[in-house]
Amino acid sequence: PSVAHADEQVRQPGLVPYLVSGDGIAAPLTTTPGDPQRGQAIVAGRTQGNCLTCHRAPIPNEDFQGQIGPDLRGVGRRLSLARLRLRVVDARRQSPDSVMPPFYRTGDAVQVAPAQAETPLLTAQQVEDVVSYLASLTETSP
Amino acid sequence: MMTAAFTVPKWRLRWFLDLLALTLWSSTVQAAEVALPSLPTDLAAYRIGQSYSGLLIADPTTREMEWDDVANPGMLWVERAQALWEQRDGQAGKACGDCHHAPASLRGAATGYPQVAADGKTLHTLEDRINQCRQQQMQAAPWPYDSDALVAMTTLVKGQSRGLPMAVRIDGPAARWFRRGEQVYQRRIGLMRLSCHDCHVTLEGASLRAEQLSQGQSNGFPTYRLKWQDLGSLQRRFRECNSNIKAEPLPYGDPDYQALELYLAWRGNGLPIETPAVRK
Ligand code: HEC
Ligand code: HEC
Ligand code: HEC
Repeated sequence: PSVAHADEQVRQPGLVPYLVSGDGIAAPLTTTPGDPQRGQAIVAGRTQGNCLTCHRAPIPNEDFQGQIGPDLRGVGRRLSLARLRLRVVDARRQSPDSVMPPFYRTGDAVQVAPAQAETPLLTAQQVEDVVSYLASLTETSP
Repeated sequence: MMTAAFTVPKWRLRWFLDLLALTLWSSTVQAAEVALPSLPTDLAAYRIGQSYSGLLIADPTTREMEWDDVANPGMLWVERAQALWEQRDGQAGKACGDCHHAPASLRGAATGYPQVAADGKTLHTLEDRINQCRQQQMQAAPWPYDSDALVAMTTLVKGQSRGLPMAVRIDGPAARWFRRGEQVYQRRIGLMRLSCHDCHVTLEGASLRAEQLSQGQSNGFPTYRLKWQDLGSLQRRFRECNSNIKAEPLPYGDPDYQALELYLAWRGNGLPIETPAVRK
């Protein structure tokens, strides 16, 4: 189920504060623009993003791409930058039951090492890199 | 998660060496018959109502390996446990065999574990029950949770029930443990904030890259995993499912893991015991 909410300023331990308006985060989390190439590496990588566990993306040489979430081809046309950013930051603000992990959230993780309690899955800059990569995916075929 | 790369099948070599060791072993020692009750080879037997065993999503070669006692690497542990069965230990100077005669006398016992102990409070997994006999009957030290000896003895004892349906109770004093297990199962944990339920119920049947998700049933444990090249306990599997989602594994025997074992056993009530199962 989708949750509609008023503008909300979000502050979490160790994270850059961000403003959620509607179903997006309009302002970038960092001043350095995202780098789509680094973003692609994170999306394909198996240590941090793990996105291809659940999604397909036009990244050759990556076998066994996922089928759990939507195909990411064309997502840059379907969704605005602000919406893409909220998806990557914390998809569960929109859909609390979603299995998609929140990539930029701290403060509420259970059963994690104390040293990791304030570590998000991606840094603010990595979120921007991933968002800029997703925005570049405007073609729906290969 | 999902970092799992099944590249070089090193297990083939390991399995060959194990087989060689087994051959040498059985030709020197009086070949103690490795005999466990046989498993059904009709796949329909592994689906009971809504539940099905992870065997149904295994490759045919893995399945054949599980069903063939000569090929099943888990049988090496059964052999080792058979030797331990006769070995006197502890202040009382007793062996399992002194009181229980042949392991086959315990056929059926494993179907009811985990169960609440005589104190009405503690939840005993089969491992705990074996250690209770070591402590109280043999006056020997308990075997450490994931020790080779305990995993082997658990396999020997549970293997006696091969083919019998799991039948744990969740009423009476077990109800409290059951509810706790259910909560642990639903709890989103780790940096990825995923629960057992997310992967083994919501996403069951889907693939995480090269791995297809089953219901995560426990009827085959201890299980020989080709990836581990080892026979491992159910709680070892919990620890792996935990670290794959960047959660801290809990210590063996943690009450949350104990409760989870009961919950999983209940989910799989009716499924045939497959111990030692083989999985990739
Ligand atoms: C464990 C599964 C899982 C992982 C890992 C995952 N996602 Fe998702 N994602 C989903 C699902 C399922 C949806 C569908 C909507 C929902 O349930 O939130 C989704 C939706 C999306 C959407 C919206 C797509 C659309 O067309 O509406 C984007 C964008 C997205 N994911 C990007 C990513 C990126 C980037 C990563 C990695 C940094 C990632 N996802 C990791 C499961 C996942
Ligand atoms: C000195 C006697 C003695 C020894 C030695 C002994 N046990 Fe037991 N064991 C018992 C008794 C008595 C019971 C309880 C029987 C009952 O509840 O019906 C029991 C119960 C069990 C049970 C539970 C059976 C059930 O139906 O729930 C298991 C499993 C078991 N023993 C395994 C072992 C193993 C493995 C060893 C050796 C490591 C061992 N025992 C050594 C006496 C012994
Ligand atoms: C991110 C996904 C994920 C999560 C979360 C997860 N697992 Fe798993 N689990 C897997 C995968 C992948 C496998 C191997 C394929 C299979 O059998 O499902 C597996 C296998 C298992 C198995 C072995 C099944 C067999 O037939 O041998 C058990 C038992 C299990 N999981 C229990 C759990 C429990 C209990 C939890 C929660 C503490 C849990 N899993 C959380 C992905 C997950």
